[in-house]
Amino acid sequence: MKTYKFPIYILTVCAALFFVACSNDDDNIIDQSTCDDGLQNGDEEGVDCGGTVCEPCAMGLDFSGTFVQEDAMGRPAINTVFGGSGDVKNFFNVVAISERQNLQEGQTETFQQTFQNTLELYHDVYGASLGVDLDYETNILGLDAATFTTVLANFDALQVAPQGVTTYFDGVNVLTGRTINDDVVDISLTLIFGGMTGTRFDGNNDTPQLTTDGIDFGDREVDGFPYLQAPNN
Amino acid sequence: MKNMKLFGAIGVLLLASAAIFLTSADHIDAPGVASTSSDIADLYAFEGDNPNNTVLIATIQGPLTPGDVTNNAEFDEDVMIQFNIDNTGDFVEDLVIQAIRRGDSMYFFGPIVPGNVGVTGQIETSGPMLSVRITTEEDIEPVTNIVDGMSVFAGPRRDGFFFDFNRFNLVAAGEVAPEGFLPPGEASDFFEDLNVLAVSVEVPNAMLGEAPPHVGGVLGIEGLPNAYNVWVTTKRKQ
Repeated sequence: MKTYKFPIYILTVCAALFFVACSNDDDNIIDQSTCDDGLQNGDEEGVDCGGTVCEPCAMGLDFSGTFVQEDAMGRPAINTVFGGSGDVKNFFNVVAISERQNLQEGQTETFQQTFQNTLELYHDVYGASLGVDLDYETNILGLDAATFTTVLANFDALQVAPQGVTTYFDGVNVLTGRTINDDVVDISLTLIFGGMTGTRFDGNNDTPQLTTDGIDFGDREVDGFPYLQAPNN
Repeated sequence: MKNMKLFGAIGVLLLASAAIFLTSADHIDAPGVASTSSDIADLYAFEGDNPNNTVLIATIQGPLTPGDVTNNAEFDEDVMIQFNIDNTGDFVEDLVIQAIRRGDSMYFFGPIVPGNVGVTGQIETSGPMLSVRITTEEDIEPVTNIVDGMSVFAGPRRDGFFFDFNRFNLVAAGEVAPEGFLPPGEASDFFEDLNVLAVSVEVPNAMLGEAPPHVGGVLGIEGLPNAYNVWVTTKRKQ
């Protein structure tokens, strides 16, 4: 693999914010005019924070301590679908991405090897139920089993393009983000079972339907920030 | 050999199917975090309505059934939700945005260069910080806050994930050959009526730095635009 050498981006954090800002809740029609005047006034407990009107003060809150990773996620369904055993899934969640390519203490095989075995097992199991030998076939992205599972196991992050279309796959663009209405299940199934054309097992020509689960975005709506619907009642 | 392999395969997948019942994108992905306050359900990252912004959404503790289960679900004050942004292409976080609950509000820190990278960290209180009251079932509209172009939200939402999960388990176990999945209309969206706890952040791209060349290039997929690598982690206070 190529080695990338990029200048380390030096972040210049923008001008320090006041540590607490005011809410702009639409549904709370209360006077917050003193919440950003840089003064402790009204019944504020600190400068522009606390009291009955402003956001709570961070000062005095305890944010100390050491925090240790329990779960991690980049692309959808990776650990769930490819992790195989509970032990592997647990382990995958607590190993930093940049370390996952290395054999970890207590592992007998790398995550990539486990993922590749699982990928083949899905094909073996379905082949057995069909009475034929079935193996993974290089997918529509041109990734063979080893490369595909390397992408999944060792680089499990969403790629997010700050310029242009952001989508998991929209027919044209691929791996530039993940929107709420991206059909990540169908995309994943196609990459797993679709073969080089994406249509290897698409229900046509007497093949089983393994590349779409028949479910789409449905009546969900995405209407501006925070981009997820109110909870079901 | 093949039969042995198959026997093992079927066993493994049947066990896996049982073990991952009720799982999805990452919902209850592993027994160690299943049904805990740190269990990540999903991660979304996309261009905002303002094309100069990127939206990051993490959902956790899913799936939650509507009503009391959803209304009583709480962000854990000991669990920090962290968006990790790699803008150099080495899959090590260069910037983080952290969220943690205190009382009825969610506090957000960052984007900021983390003092520690990897599985252990701290809350980066020296960076930009803003907070928002956590939306509850009594709020008609979601409660949001915006400061210097960065928007934040925390609260229960409808699960955005859609999947015929029960059918998947049957497919994975080889029990529905030769048909496989069901056609639209017959398939059933397991998550249709379920909820999650969500944290949404919309951040100006200018705060995230330049994006590195797309990792696809490393793997032989050419022509993809420069892209950050983004993932979400949950970390528990020790």
